[in-house]
Amino acid sequence: MTIALETKNLEKQFGGLRVTRDLSLRIEQGARHALIGPNGAGKTTVINQLTGVLKPNSGRILLEGQDITDLPVHKRVLRGLSRTFQINQLYPDLTPLETIGLAVSERLGHGGDWWRRMGTRDDVNGEIAELLKHFHLLDVMNEQTVTLPYGKQRLLEIAVAIAAKPRVLLLDEPAAGVPESERHDILAVVAALPRDVTVLLIEHDMDLVFSFADRISVLVSGALLTEGPPDQVARDPQVKAVYLGEEAVNV
Amino acid sequence: MSAASDVGYHAQRHARWHYGEVAFWLIVLACGFVFPSRYLIMTDIVRLALFAMSLDLILGYAGIVSLGHAAFFGVGAYVAGLLALHGIINEPVIALVVAGLAAMVLGFATSFLVIRGVDLTRLMVTLGIALLLEALAERFSNITGGTDGLQGIEMQPIFGMLAFDMFGKTGFFYSLAVLFLLFLLARRIVHSPFGLSLRAIKNNPLRAAAIGIPVNRRLIAIYTLAAFYAGIAGALFTQTTAIASLDVFAFERSADLMLVLVIGGTGYLYGGLIGAVVFRMLQEWFSTITPQYWQFWIGLVLVVIVLAGRQRLHRWVLFVPNLVIKQIAGRKAVVAVPEGDA
Repeated sequence: MTIALETKNLEKQFGGLRVTRDLSLRIEQGARHALIGPNGAGKTTVINQLTGVLKPNSGRILLEGQDITDLPVHKRVLRGLSRTFQINQLYPDLTPLETIGLAVSERLGHGGDWWRRMGTRDDVNGEIAELLKHFHLLDVMNEQTVTLPYGKQRLLEIAVAIAAKPRVLLLDEPAAGVPESERHDILAVVAALPRDVTVLLIEHDMDLVFSFADRISVLVSGALLTEGPPDQVARDPQVKAVYLGEEAVNV
Repeated sequence: MSAASDVGYHAQRHARWHYGEVAFWLIVLACGFVFPSRYLIMTDIVRLALFAMSLDLILGYAGIVSLGHAAFFGVGAYVAGLLALHGIINEPVIALVVAGLAAMVLGFATSFLVIRGVDLTRLMVTLGIALLLEALAERFSNITGGTDGLQGIEMQPIFGMLAFDMFGKTGFFYSLAVLFLLFLLARRIVHSPFGLSLRAIKNNPLRAAAIGIPVNRRLIAIYTLAAFYAGIAGALFTQTTAIASLDVFAFERSADLMLVLVIGGTGYLYGGLIGAVVFRMLQEWFSTITPQYWQFWIGLVLVVIVLAGRQRLHRWVLFVPNLVIKQIAGRKAVVAVPEGDA
């Protein structure tokens, strides 16, 4: 099995605080891998290092065998590493059409076009239409993002990440804060992600984690506590201890 | 209509010319014939409009604030002046482009300082650069003429055919043509994927990078282009007034520009143009009524604009025109309603 994404002895400190401790993760090609852990375990810090928002103090990050530790954010995206954000990080003034259009344009290398109008390339338009349809956004494509219902914004969040055609997708709490009525669409979209895309899911919702993941890593205080298939992790007494009082782990 | 062509149609929604825009430019052109005695102030407005459009490109689209935009205006003004004074390039249009390019080089060089940091840092850095240049121009008075400025500039005819006249007619139409051409270019650019990526950066730089946009490179590009525009505006100033003095670098010039955009709004290109007209008219009007205290009234107007909200004022002002357009064309009017608030 090839390894899609790997960290080697990742270490991150804020002042004297070690938020990532000697973390070595291996995520297999095509895996549905979940990273769980109690609040403050440093999950988002790990994501930020993987995507290049934060620089680790030491350790390496490999994407499909290539060292990407020193690449800036946008270059990692072009290499096939894409993410969604825990809290919406969209463009409030832009429409879904424009938001997705940008992501598609950048990936196809047309992002720097300053002469040709947006919307005059058939290949770009075709992809935008497909994504809008797949993510149930066709009917709101001309609305300003800030005016969309939260569930639609979450869908757009995922659509934008997918528009970059990632080889590895990092989903940071995709269903967080979504009202029950709109949850179904999001879970369906996450379940329907193409199998050749490797997914690393960061999630609090244990139902979602155990229905989705085929492998789970448990992060506690920045260090890896345990890792394995869902049923093994669910039985692990250490994991139970960590989650005791916070959330029951049911399979 | 297939979904893809539908998307293409909607993606170009803002890029298509609207009736209101055509009407706007026709009215502007008509002014050149209706008010033959007011060429000087109209030329002044056109220059200010171009200068404001330059700031709008970085402020309204990319979200870069600047209090030192006069730096580029000044460089353009002095380069155009020196070229004409020493007879290096006599043809005004070529000299104009060269002056713009000189400002552009400065813009590119200083863009690396400006893209670092956030709003307050940017305000200080841009302000500092303009002050530096002003001091330099004063120090090297053997080249710039110091506080007296460049004197004795004689402009040659445009393309060797159209001479500048004493009423400023040539100067006005020349400036207007330059403004229109550069407006067309800017309009083209803001509706391209590049232009859209600037708006994304302004909205959320973190996410912009996360979808693969090289944020810094885009900011450098637009800052450099805006410097070119400002340089052209400065060169037009020298060419149409035949003087260039230290006040081209003045802080007031940069600050006025912000006021123009506060009045007109940002992020839809017409803000600078409309703002320039309103600003100069107000200035004229107030200074006739009360020559000493016109700044008081300008200040008051600004406070009202900010408190009442520009969009609301626009709706009031455009109520009648929009009604007419709706009756005639059967659609919502599009004049001067900014997409975003600065």
